[in-house]
Amino acid sequence: MQSLLERNAILLSIAILITVSIGGLVQIVPLYTIENTIEKVDGMRPYTPLEQAGRNIYIREGCYLCHSQMIRPFRDEAERYGHYSLAAESMYDHPFQWGSKRTGPDLARVGGKYSNEWHTEHLINPRAVVPESVMPGYSFMATTPLDFDNAGEHLKTLRAVGVPYSDEQVAKAIEDLNTQATGDDGDGDVEGLQRRYPKVPLGDFDGNPNQLTEMDALVAYLQMLGTLVDFSSVDAKSIER
Amino acid sequence: MAEIEKDAISGRETTGHEWDGIKELNTPLPRWWLYTFYVSIIWSIGYWIVYPAWPTLSGYTEGVIGYSSRAELTKELEARDESRMVWTDKFSALSVEEISKDSELLNYAMAGGRAIFAENCAPCHGASGSGISSYPVLADDDWLWGGAVGDIYTTISYGIRSTHDDARLGEMPNFGDDMLSGSQISDVAEYVLSLSGGATDNTSAERGTEVFAEECAGCHGENGEGMQSMGAPRLSDGIWIYGKSKQNIMSQIGAPKHGVMPAWVDRLDDVSIKQVSVYVHSLGGGQ
Repeated sequence: MQSLLERNAILLSIAILITVSIGGLVQIVPLYTIENTIEKVDGMRPYTPLEQAGRNIYIREGCYLCHSQMIRPFRDEAERYGHYSLAAESMYDHPFQWGSKRTGPDLARVGGKYSNEWHTEHLINPRAVVPESVMPGYSFMATTPLDFDNAGEHLKTLRAVGVPYSDEQVAKAIEDLNTQATGDDGDGDVEGLQRRYPKVPLGDFDGNPNQLTEMDALVAYLQMLGTLVDFSSVDAKSIER
Repeated sequence: MAEIEKDAISGRETTGHEWDGIKELNTPLPRWWLYTFYVSIIWSIGYWIVYPAWPTLSGYTEGVIGYSSRAELTKELEARDESRMVWTDKFSALSVEEISKDSELLNYAMAGGRAIFAENCAPCHGASGSGISSYPVLADDDWLWGGAVGDIYTTISYGIRSTHDDARLGEMPNFGDDMLSGSQISDVAEYVLSLSGGATDNTSAERGTEVFAEECAGCHGENGEGMQSMGAPRLSDGIWIYGKSKQNIMSQIGAPKHGVMPAWVDRLDDVSIKQVSVYVHSLGGGQ
């Protein structure tokens, strides 16, 4: 067999084609069935422009290198972090932030666990609130203005890869971003924002209402993580895999 | 086909390839390796049959034993809940006051509460409630919203200035916003310090008396004894959340910070909240 293939260029080409095809099919075919791996649950929505900006900072700073966003279906994880993560909960993530290493804790359900002040203090100097922490400080975020001129473009790009942003959401991206960061104290259209993005956390996130900083965006993102699906209304059997 | 040639020295077959007179031996793979390889192929086929393996158009092959990691977890958690039921049934049925009076339940709550506290509460309130700057100490007997175990239970359940509808609400007005002048704020801060014997300028504190009676006594009490229904801190005990210097106190009058405690009712189950309430109550200052 070997010497036959080695001596016949056409046969060799066909054999290579077959081998490569098998490798390709194994990788590509499952992608067509990905829809049915996503659980049907209520509550998921795309990120708000401010959360998305925070998410971009999260990726830029490499938070995923130490923090996972994937609660595995094990008892110890369920007891510490809450309900295991669903595929549906990261279906709008590009790229997903499951991570592969936990130097710090999992963040998949950190939303609402701490106050905004705590997050801000902790990001400025983690040791101020958690004495044994080995996390680096990110104090510059509290003073770095958030660059959000292209908020709408970010949403458009995500729409191109399948995130269902509406035209309205894209058009109002900058407005929504400002409204979320000022909340009820600002003059933005809070009701419209809440209609477009249910369960959106509102307000000044970094304790400095005079400036929209990267800290605002990152804390807004952290405060919504894992909060969208209401598990009390999910039938446990329907999400078993 | 080239004739198979045997190497004269090793006695092995050669591949028939030759470079500058050097020939390549066709040494077979070790038997043990080869058989392990075949066995692992057979094993994988068995695995496909027994466990979930292949994606199909509308789902996946579930395997004959119907294994699901999520179903396993559900079963494990049910077994856990069942084994704890002898305790948790009592916790669900009784109020926190009743639990803290029953020494057996108290013991159980302390063990569970300690673990829940370490994971959920210690990041702000410090290990064993020792407090961190700008987050209240829970191990003393100074309580903002009440130190009875029932008060603690309510605070933990709904939080303080949280997003929950039943959150405890109370807001120190921003007196720096055209309500008091800079010198008035300085005077009243001196007066507030004098309540716990810390004033440095008695004449200034004297001047602050009137402002305090007009603006502050409504919530903080005539003698700064505080009012727990409003979450207004007692000012006469020398315990400060946001710092004890005059500067700290002035900034808390002129541009007050409003700490937020999240609501836990949607995050922890009721039995856990009851356990941690009893634990917090026991830390040193429960009333």
